[in-house]
Amino acid sequence: MTKTELPRWATGFVLPILNLMSALLVAGLVIHLLGESPSESLRILIDSAILDPEGLGYTLFYASTFIFAGLAVSIAMQAGLFNIGAEGQMYVGGLGLTWVVLALDAHLPGILVIPLAMIGAAVFGALWAFIPGYLQAKRGSHVVVTTIMFNFIAASLMNFVIVKYLIPEGQQNPASRVFADSAALSLLNKVLPVFGDTPLNISFILAILALVIYGVVVWRSSWGYQLRATGLNAHAAHYAGVKISRTIIVTMLVSGALAGLGAVNSVMGSTHYLSLNFPAGAGFVGIAIALMGRQHPVGIFLSSVLFGALIQGGFDLSLEKPNIPQETFIFIQGLIILFCGAMENFYAPAILKLLNATRTNKGI
Amino acid sequence: MEDFQLASIIVSTVRNAPVLMFAALAGLFAERSGVVDIGLEGKILASAFASAAVAYATQNPWYGILAGMAVSVALAMVQAFVSITQKGNQLVAGIAINIAMSGLTFVLAQFFFQQGGRTPDLRNARLFDVVLPGTAAVENIPVIGWLYGHLIGGQSVLVYVAFLLLPVVHWVVYHSRFGLRLRACGENPHAADAAGVSVERTRYLAMFVAGVLCSFSGAYLTLVQSGFFLRDMSAGAGYLALTALVFGNWRPLHTVLGCLMFGLFGAIQIQLEGVDLPVVGRLPGSLIQAIPYIVTVVVLAGLMAKSVAPKAIGKPFVKSR
Repeated sequence: MTKTELPRWATGFVLPILNLMSALLVAGLVIHLLGESPSESLRILIDSAILDPEGLGYTLFYASTFIFAGLAVSIAMQAGLFNIGAEGQMYVGGLGLTWVVLALDAHLPGILVIPLAMIGAAVFGALWAFIPGYLQAKRGSHVVVTTIMFNFIAASLMNFVIVKYLIPEGQQNPASRVFADSAALSLLNKVLPVFGDTPLNISFILAILALVIYGVVVWRSSWGYQLRATGLNAHAAHYAGVKISRTIIVTMLVSGALAGLGAVNSVMGSTHYLSLNFPAGAGFVGIAIALMGRQHPVGIFLSSVLFGALIQGGFDLSLEKPNIPQETFIFIQGLIILFCGAMENFYAPAILKLLNATRTNKGI
Repeated sequence: MEDFQLASIIVSTVRNAPVLMFAALAGLFAERSGVVDIGLEGKILASAFASAAVAYATQNPWYGILAGMAVSVALAMVQAFVSITQKGNQLVAGIAINIAMSGLTFVLAQFFFQQGGRTPDLRNARLFDVVLPGTAAVENIPVIGWLYGHLIGGQSVLVYVAFLLLPVVHWVVYHSRFGLRLRACGENPHAADAAGVSVERTRYLAMFVAGVLCSFSGAYLTLVQSGFFLRDMSAGAGYLALTALVFGNWRPLHTVLGCLMFGLFGAIQIQLEGVDLPVVGRLPGSLIQAIPYIVTVVVLAGLMAKSVAPKAIGKPFVKSR
């Protein structure tokens, strides 16, 4: 008997790995053309991003931001919405966070400032996603184009706000003032000294928590069911009594809030001030993570760690090999998005053939 | 003095617009055939780098243009393979190309030239401005001298190509056999298929044209405007071109008008920097920069005019059996 669909272990595991391998193969080819050894580069990368505990700390630090970005894109994808605006939402979320901290850090203890700042980040991120969500739901303007526009508008707006209002007097650096110590997130190396001097902080634990909540809400709650129904077939969901436009707007609010929370890790956990372009493409990495992780919590976690490792390992690699600058990893990110996202079913026919062949053999 | 400012705004509008016009008309072919082209940005960047690198190496801008074209077409074919043959997500394919090219062009520029991801100045390998015959004779006549010598004349060849493309594209899209098939594939591929048109082939051809047109955009950036390649120098031009396309309702003339409008905003932005305006006072450049995007959102929301995309856009064509 031949089957026409792949089993879940193949689509969820074998295909992503094969796609990832293909992307890395192309990357390896480019590294080879740049006159460096791909295998040696890979060894340096793994050594400094995974095997070295301090490197691992950095990898997980980057992964914390990426998990939020990946979740933001994933939850929108569950409802059939392609949120390209996570970058802008994270950026504006950073403003909400900074606004709260700058107003309160001199008056309140950290235990109050930090949660309030997180709420500020989530609210600002949500508001920035609300307009594209509203326009998609009520006016039919495509969320992809509006979120792209909102990324650009966010960049201009933040540039204006930071330069005009946030730079402390007498300073040149386009950044806000440094937060009070009370608003700094506790570092995990206090509890786990093995990570050494890394900025890995409690937002990593928050990210794990967010992954769990995401899994429960999407697959175990009635709202999650409505969300997925909307994504699978909006017409059918509407017929079944789901309010489509409300689901779209609420989903975008949640998506934006998650993207906004992505600002917490880097702003309150590491730099302790708001700077120009601080998301540095993390929102776009979120797209890759959501696609590669198939919008599943475990997948999102694993791909976030992979991208964290690429950033951290890539940084060390670029120090050792001047021909492989950091930007190589932007290129590799693009390749991963291409192979794992757009060409996700590239190997599916071949695997299906293979499976069916073994099946018939057993049949004899 | 007022007049001089107006003149320089007009001239820089005409010089800003071609980057967007080439890319937007490229996007028009892709999207009218039913393939979303978010990858314009990446193609512009790749052809900008290839044009600059090859023009510098050969000291000949024409070879640069050819190299840019080859690279841009190659990328368009990758995009076409993923979007058409593989039936993958077209948005994702485009974004992937943009991100990959943003990284790769820097890496290659750094590898070949070791100048922080920049190519050396092209100097004589840039495209020359055309000086029309008789410019010197009318130079001193007010208005006409400026019009003939600095607005109509004194531009690079690519500027003329950009403006000549408008009637050509209009004719191809609305009056040629290919244009009819193109629009049919974007509106109703099943009907086109039933009528014996190969949807796949038409879309591949459309992507090929998009690749060629888009390459001029990158070549213009390096060979005409800046004279060197710089990291991420396209700075959102591909997205802005896409915006002009939405703004212009996927029609050539309106799209080009959209590009000119954005070109005008770019020109005004430079002039307005640091100028005190009545009522609003000093407008910061960063906010003026946001205007085209805000205008687009307003258009998209149907508050100014309704923009209707080709019906089959973004949907891979699956032949019904």
